[in-house]
Formats: sequence, structure tokens, C-alpha cells
Amino acid sequence: MPATATARINTEKISRMNELVPVVEMTGIAIGFPGVKALDDVDFRLFQGEVHALMGENGAGKSTLIKALTGVYTIDSGRITVLGRQKNFSTPAESQAAGISTVYQEVNLCTNLTVEENVMLGREPRRRGSIDWRGVRARTREVLAQLHLHHVEPGSLLSEHSIAVQQLIAIARSVEVNAKVLILDEPTSSLDADEVSQLFRVIRDLRDRGVAILFVSHFLEQVYELSDRMTVLRNGKLVGEYMTRDLSRMNLISKMIGKDLEVLEELDQESSRSQARLAAGARPFMETEGLGRKGAVSNVNLSIYPGEVVGLAGLLGAGRTETARLLFGADRSDEGSIKVRGQQLKLRSPRTAIDHGIGFCSEDRKEEGLIADLTVRDNLVLAMQATKGWARRIPRRVQDELVAEFIETLDIRPANPDALIRNLSGGNQQKVLLARWMVTSPDLLILDEPTRGIDIGAKTQIQKLINKLASEGMSILFISSELEEVLRLSHRIAVIKDRAMVAEISNDDVSIEDVLTVIAGGAQ
Amino acid sequence: MKSILKNRLAWPVLALAALLAVNQIFRGDFLSLRMQDGHLYGSIIDIMRNGAPTILIALGMTLVIASRGIDLSVGAVVAIAGAASCAYIAASPEPASPATAAVAVVIAVVAGLVLGVWNGFLVSTIGVQPIIATLVLMTAGRGIAQLITDGQIVSVTNDSYKAIGAGYLFTLPVSILITAVVFVLAAVLTRRTALGTLIEAVGINPVASRLAGLRARNIIWIVYIFSAFCAAIAGLMISSNVTAADANNAGLYIEMDAILAVVIGGTSLAGGRYSLVGTVVGAFIIQTLTTTVYTLGIPPEVTLVFKALVVIAVCLLQAPKARTLLRNLKPASPLRTKEKVAA
Amino acid sequence: MSSLSTVAPPTPQKASAIRHRLRTGTRYAPTLATLALFILMFVVGAGMYPSFLSGQVLLNLFIDNTFLIVLAVGMTFVILTGGIDLSVGAVVALSMMVTATMLQNGWNPATVILAVLVIGGGLGLLMGLIIQYFDIQPFIVTLAGMFLARGLCYVISLESISVTDPFFTGMAQARIPLSEELFISPGVLIALLVIAVAFFILHHTRFGRTVYAIGGNEHSAMLMGLAVKSTKVLVYCVSGLCSAIAGILFSFYSLSGYSLAAQGMELDAIAAVVIGGTLLTGGVGYVLGSVVGVLVLGIVQTFIAYDGTLSSWWTKIVIGGLLLVFILLQRLFTRRTP
Repeated sequence: MPATATARINTEKISRMNELVPVVEMTGIAIGFPGVKALDDVDFRLFQGEVHALMGENGAGKSTLIKALTGVYTIDSGRITVLGRQKNFSTPAESQAAGISTVYQEVNLCTNLTVEENVMLGREPRRRGSIDWRGVRARTREVLAQLHLHHVEPGSLLSEHSIAVQQLIAIARSVEVNAKVLILDEPTSSLDADEVSQLFRVIRDLRDRGVAILFVSHFLEQVYELSDRMTVLRNGKLVGEYMTRDLSRMNLISKMIGKDLEVLEELDQESSRSQARLAAGARPFMETEGLGRKGAVSNVNLSIYPGEVVGLAGLLGAGRTETARLLFGADRSDEGSIKVRGQQLKLRSPRTAIDHGIGFCSEDRKEEGLIADLTVRDNLVLAMQATKGWARRIPRRVQDELVAEFIETLDIRPANPDALIRNLSGGNQQKVLLARWMVTSPDLLILDEPTRGIDIGAKTQIQKLINKLASEGMSILFISSELEEVLRLSHRIAVIKDRAMVAEISNDDVSIEDVLTVIAGGAQ
Repeated sequence: MKSILKNRLAWPVLALAALLAVNQIFRGDFLSLRMQDGHLYGSIIDIMRNGAPTILIALGMTLVIASRGIDLSVGAVVAIAGAASCAYIAASPEPASPATAAVAVVIAVVAGLVLGVWNGFLVSTIGVQPIIATLVLMTAGRGIAQLITDGQIVSVTNDSYKAIGAGYLFTLPVSILITAVVFVLAAVLTRRTALGTLIEAVGINPVASRLAGLRARNIIWIVYIFSAFCAAIAGLMISSNVTAADANNAGLYIEMDAILAVVIGGTSLAGGRYSLVGTVVGAFIIQTLTTTVYTLGIPPEVTLVFKALVVIAVCLLQAPKARTLLRNLKPASPLRTKEKVAA
Repeated sequence: MSSLSTVAPPTPQKASAIRHRLRTGTRYAPTLATLALFILMFVVGAGMYPSFLSGQVLLNLFIDNTFLIVLAVGMTFVILTGGIDLSVGAVVALSMMVTATMLQNGWNPATVILAVLVIGGGLGLLMGLIIQYFDIQPFIVTLAGMFLARGLCYVISLESISVTDPFFTGMAQARIPLSEELFISPGVLIALLVIAVAFFILHHTRFGRTVYAIGGNEHSAMLMGLAVKSTKVLVYCVSGLCSAIAGILFSFYSLSGYSLAAQGMELDAIAAVVIGGTLLTGGVGYVLGSVVGVLVLGIVQTFIAYDGTLSSWWTKIVIGGLLLVFILLQRLFTRRTP
């Protein structure tokens, strides 16, 4: 196949790379924010005619590095050179002027305008003071043709086209401006397989024409299929720069997660989980079959039994939250089915899910959890109050008792029910949100990253709490980026990779390495 | 909760106090009250009585705005309520009897409720933006009112009816009492039940509210119904004050005054935490402004300019506060996870 | 376990082709619907009243609504960016008052017109700056602007001032013949000029494209390097200028300055813009659509006048009804967009 042949030619080119001048070179980059060092002495090189993947987990610094390159952030120290010239970007416009172009996950174009308007927006050719629309159309056609988008009418509205095509049009805009560097931020998150192939064809064309492409993605397989080299970041520091073909998936993952393979084996000692005594013939609380939603996740086949903890393992961006949202009715599925207590159920809204005994603690507590200007008390009783309706207020006395109980159990600080929740620390906010769901005594509690950003003491408390709830008969769906946690708590583990459920493992003497192997692509 | 209110109430209360002080300085008898024929009189009473309709409407408007909406149709509802009741009285067999007045009141209130249901339907079920949904009634409403009165100013002679806007009860003007009752009703309705908190939740973070199981539809319906209800009663007051229904001018621009009262009182136009007390203070400020202009000997033509400047001043004062609040809310964003993807 | 399973869309080419055909017309659909409605009403009117079917009736729609047309054009700019301007009616009245007063005091018409334009544009600019810099909602700021302008009217004079300046009276009475029986007024020419300039700006300048982009997705527009901040301020300046021009046109029409004039005109302008197919959320709409919207409002008025039995308040009810219909249409339309 032509693609592989080109790849082979490219890798030969690349091995001579060290003699070439990189298009972009960042050295010793440091960026800090109050209390946090986002980037610490990071080096990065990008060459002409390569696809370079930037890899790293949550908080690794990928987006910070890109924002430094695109002028959104100014660097505290270090140097950025573009084509040998040192640059100090203080605005996105300056970065764009230097030939660096970005296509974001959300496709930052204007869907109310036409394709040609979007491609040329802000740079329309003018004739005697007015926009030369014919020139706009001609130029757009040229550029679209370069990207094999022959069937796209320049005069059509952007909103008429799928996200995949919109993305390609965003790339077309970069091509039009003869960008030397194209940054693609999670370009494939909403695409199906055919669309991904189309995108990759375009990317390879651009690469062969000498564009330097920086590719950020959580889809391991795609990264391996497309990229020539990778840079791995972890906790704001540079782990290393590698040729893709030289780095195995296992190695990559362990570098991203930060555990040496040997160390992983040590951690295994703790993580054997004695199985819950599932009553013989126990029926699952929830069963899903082939559940999925286009652009989000697919192939979710789960059975969750009362009293068990099911962990969802996978890399960031793999689709775990999307899975959780489907199970809670926060998003509607478009394929597959859900059964709760043996009955088929159409989960169309969170309210329906709650009425059936499901609770959901979102990972994005700021946007999806907190009602920022309300008190701890109001936030805590919110879900319960919602089920009762507005007319029947939970009596103040009962509220006080509930709040006091949970402040105590979860050690919420400050222990003031009337404090505004936005003034609490992240960890304490999370505890209040947890309490919100526990108050409703759900049969299934879905926890999405409940221990993120919480101190060790609180983490342990929450983990113990999860155990306790499960032992009392509650089902728990537990999502966490920390595999040790997942292994410590789960009875069974579902592995989500690249937006699909790929495996279900029983937690009998399973090690982290085993899970990572599954994620890396080998089934157990 | 109290701390935010205290903070936000500070400016409006201070402003009101300053206005009252200015009035008292220039007119030594401003704050004085006198009793005559068992009725209480005084400038303060006048302010309260004249401002009663605005306060009423502003109360309803507060809840609508708290839910992230707005109700531009209240002026039209005022006109329709007045028109419906006066038209009924004029056409009834016993135009002067208390019973007729009572029925007229019921008709006006029902009309208000129906219009509120209409607005609520458009916003909550059809999903039309509140500003445009209520614009429909705002545009068509006065036409409807004129239709009812056949383009005439319908005058009525009915003492019971007149009492609503111009009468006295227990030494105080009836309109003030009615307003107080509605205020208490609103306060009880929103704070004794969970309605107030849920309205705020929907206004502050509709996404999180939905995920917590809130069904916003009913709540939104309620606030629009209440707003129209208040407007209907205000309409009764206004028309009863002149014992006539003037479909053209009744309640003209009262929605603007109401919105201003709400904003001055500390409730944000973007929705969320609201303060009924703040709204009342805001409405008082607006009403007192008119009086102050007169007291200071400024030609009444300048009232409007005065109002504009005060509005701008209050908004500017509130704006930087909004910005610093926002700055405190933002966590270190670069470390935000990228797991969430546009579905 | 199965590998990456995907949901294949139904032959992407076919689906997008169908969608394309459906959508090619739909971006103009709201405006075309308004135009269709207008034509329909005209035809119905002609059917009902023989004298309706005359070119002059059509031209009178323009003659009697020049000021509203100009207002709607200015309002379109603001609404396209997702904002709103409640002050326009009051600024029209203020322009008329200033005009009448200055003319009364002997200033020559050219200076007067210039002064009015400066005042209108200046007020708009001021409001735009406050909205942008202090991040206060346009609703409140332009509401305050409305109070301010109206208040200044009262300050200038509570009574009506007649305009007797020969230039103005000339403009008021002049008739430009188009043919034996058809004529228009100079105001119509000015209004047409304003429409043409606005059309040109919106569709043939980068400023205009930025206006549309901001309404579509302000964040994207910023990321694309467009001059978002200054554009958002300038649209209010444009609206203010249009209000001033409308005020002058209204002065030609009524030959007076009256502080209670043009009350509620801002709502008529907004209604015309919405009926003309512009979305209040911004990013979608055409200046020509707003003009048709004004004509629709005008023809409703004409109908009522012709009928004689229908009272003037029916206008308001019908306009409200039309507004409702168009809002519901818009809602249906936006729901279908992916």
C-alpha cells in the first residue's frame, strides 16, 4: 500500500534528522501558575515533513506546551525558535504570523458561514476595497482540491457538513495560509473509521509536502499508525523523544503513567481483591448490550451486580466518561440497550436514571457538579430535593441532620453547612458532591474520577467508603485514571480503549501490567 | 448565603438612604407622617403607593430573571388586566356593586394566569428564548387590550374597585397592603418550599442542575405564571387608581423599571442568586428618584436623564465586582483534563 | 472481544448530497418566507381592494417607512453580533429634537445634519464601549441609553417644535417621479442608499464578515485573529448613526420635533428584523430581510387603513402574531441543524 511505502521512505529521511534544522525548537521551557509548575525545563523539536505525536496523561503539560507555541501563554523561561529565528509569542496572532496553525478539537470555525467564507475569513482577497468573492471561491477550490475535498461546495454552509469534513476545512484554512506547522489537537475524537482514514490521508499528504505536523491524540493505535516520532511528557517534565517504531506500546504507556515495569510488579502485591460473595443466582442490577453513541463510545457490554464494584480502566480520552454518561442518561445512546432490574429502559434523562436508583458523580465538578453560588447544604441535598419536587421541601431539621452526618463521615472542611461551596477546596467540594449522591441511596452509583485532586487522607477515606457501600449492597461503577486504585477497589474491570469497550477482566490476581497489556492492544 | 446578600444589598440600601437623606435635607418634612381621617399621609406613603405596581411587577420579574429568563410582556399584561376588568364592570348590569368589582378582579387575575401559562409554554416547552418569547406578547398585548376596550378609555364608577388602587385599609393605602401580601406570598412560596433554591440552581448552572435530576420545565413555567400574576394585580391597581382602563398608556415602560429595580437590587441579569428584598429596595430607589428630582427643584423633564445616570452608575459599580469574582473562580486552567470531548 | 467497532453512516456521499440540497435553500429560507408572505399579503390585498393593486401603494410602503427601514438596517448589525439596541427609538426622537431646535435657532441644514449624525454615532459609540469594556449586558446599557436620550429630549423641550426650514420642507414635499403615475420621496432614495451601503459593508468588507463571524462563534472568531473587540463596539456606533439618519428622515416626514415621538419604535425595528429572518442569537440574517420585514409591518398597517372597519390596534395583534409564527419557524429551522 502506498502509505506504508511512503512511511518507509520517511523513516529513512527521519534518521538523517539530527543533521537538519528543526522547524520549531523549544528548549528549557518553563511555565508556572500559582501553586503549580505546568512545564519544567521541557525541550521539544519538530521537523519539516514529519508527524510528531505529543503524548502524556492528565496534567502532563501537553496542552500547556501547545499553548506556549501558539501564543496563548507566555513562557517564564526557555527559548522558542521557529526556522532558526527566536520568537517571543505574546498573542495567537503572532504565532499564526510565524506560520503556526492549529486545528482544535472543537473545530473553531463559524458554522453559520459558508465553507469558502471560513477558509478565507480575515484574509479575503480584496479588489478596490471590496472583497473579491470570485477570488475567494477560486482560492478555496484550489485548497479544497489539495485536500481531496472535491465534493465540498465552497458556497455551502459549514453546518451542512459533518464534523469530519469541518475539520478538514479547518485544515484547509491552515493550508491556504501556507502554514509551516500544523497542530492537530485531538482531531479524531468525533470521527468514525472512514473519516479517520480520510483525515490521515490528508495528513500524510501534508507531511509529504513538508509541513511539520504536531499530533495530539489519546488513541494509541492511531498514534502508532500515523506518527513518525513521539515526545512523552509526564508531570510537566520531558520524559523523552522517541522514534515511534522504536517504542513499544507497553513502554510508551509505562513512560506516560510513570511506572517502570518492575515497579508495577511490586504494586501488584496489594491489589488482589477478594471477590464479593455474589449470592448464587443473583440478578444484575444493570445490563447493557452493545450500548453506544456515535462519536462517543461503542460496544459497551456490561453487567453490574448488586454489591460489586466495576472499574472502568483506560487511558484519558478513551471514552470512560462517555460510557458513564450513557449509563446515567446524561447522553442518549443511539445503539444497543440497557436493562435495569431486568426491565428494558430508555434512559433519556438524568432524572429517569435517578428515579430508577442510579446516581452519577461527574468528573468535571466545576461545570457539571457544583452550583457554585449555593451553600454546602443546598448542594448536598440537591439531588434528593429534585426527586421530591419543588413543593415538598426537605424539612430544615432533616437537612441539618443529613448535612451534619456527611460532614462528619466525609470529613468535610470547613464544617459549615452555610459556607458557599465555591469557597471550599477542590477536595472538599468533591466530598460534598459525593454526599449529594449518597443521600439518595442509589442502587448504582457511578463515580467518575472521585478522588482526583484530593489529598491522600481523603482519598483513603473515599476508597474505604466505596468498599463499605459495596458491602452494603450498592453497585458502584468506578472510573479512575489511577490503575492502582481501580485494582484495589474493583471486583471486575472493564477496559475501554479508543472509544470502545475491549475487554472485561475479573479482578482475580490481576496486575497493573495485565491491564496495561490489554490497553496496549493485546487481549488477555 | 446571608453574606452574599449582605454584600450585595449594601450598595442599594446605601443609595436609597442617601436619596432619602437628600430629600429630608431639602424638605424638612419629607420623612414626616401625619394622620388624617384615620389615614396615614406623607411623602414616604406617596412613594410607596405610587411605586406599588412597580414593586409588584419587579417581584415577579426577580424570579424570572433568577431562572435566567426575562419577561418583557408585563406592561402588556397590565394593560390587558385593566382593560378586562374595566370592560367587564362597564358592561355588567350592576356596574357599581362590590360583587361586580370582585368578579372583575377575578377576571383580571385569570387573564394574567393564562398569559403567564402562554409565556411559560413558549419558553419551557417550545424552548424559545425568553426575550423573544415575551416580546410576542409585549407587541400583541396592547393590541389585545385595545381590542377589549374598543380603543376607548373605559371609565368606571365603582367604589370597591377604586379601593384597590386608591383606597385605605387600617390607615394604610390598600395598594401597599396588597404589595406587602404578595411580597410575603413570594417569600413564603420560594423560601418555605424548595422553589427558591431550585430556581437559583437552574439559573446558576443549568447543566449541573439537570445532572442532579432537576426538571427545569415546571420551574420555568411557575416563574412566568407568577410574573404575569403580579402584572395582573399591578394592572388592577393602576386602572383602579384612575378608575379607568387606558390600554395605550397603562404600564408603559413599567417592564424597564421593573428590570432596573431587579438589577439595582443585586440580582444578576445572568440568573442565579436573587433577592426579593433587594428588588424592593431597587424599586424604591427608582420611585424615590422621581420624588428627589422634584424636591431638588430640578425640572421634572430631567427625571429620565437622572434615572439613566443612576442606572449606569449602579451597573458600573456592580460590574467590576463581577469581574473580580470571576477571577477568583477560575482555577489553574492549564491542568484541566481533556477527556471531555464534543459529542 | 471485538475490536474497534464503528457505526458506518449511510453512504456518506449520498447523505451529504441530500442534506446539501435541503440546505442550499434553507439559509435563505427564513428571509424567503418573509418575502413570500409579503407577496402573498400584497396579492390578497389586491384581491380585496381594487385600488390596492397599484405600484404607488407599494412605493408608499417605502415612503411611509423610510425611517423604520434605516432603523432596522442599523439594528440588524447589532443583532447579528448577538447584541441588542433598545435606544434607537429615543435616539430618533433626540435627533428630531436637536434638528428642530437647531433649525429654529438659525443653524443651516448641513451643519444640523452633521451635528445630529455626530450625536447619534457618538452615543452609539459610547454605549458600545461601555458594553465591551465593562462587560455589562447590552440590554441594560442600551436601556440606560434609551432613558438618557429620551430624557435629553424632555430637557430640550417638552413641547413640539415645528420645522420651517426651507430645505426640510422642500424635502418633505418633494416628489421624485418614476413614471407618469409613480413617485417616491427623497427620503426613499436616502433609505435605499443606506441599504446599499449596509449590504456592501456586510457582504463585501472584512468588517462585515467579522460581524457575522462574531454572531456565529465569537470564540472562534477571536482564535481566527479577527478584530472582535473593536467590531463589537463599532456595531453600536453604526446603529447610533442609523438612528440619527432615521431621525432626520422622520423630521422630513413630520416636519417637527416632539419629545414623545418614536416611542416604541425600537420594538418595531426589532420585530422587523426578527420577521425578516435574523436570529436574535446572532450570526444569521440579512439586511434585505430586515427591509422586507419593515415592508411586512407596513403592509399590515396599509391593510388596516384600507379596511376602515378594523381598528388600528389590530396592527399590533397581527404583528405580534407574525412575530410568533416566525419565531416558531426559526425554532423548527434551528432544531434541524445538526
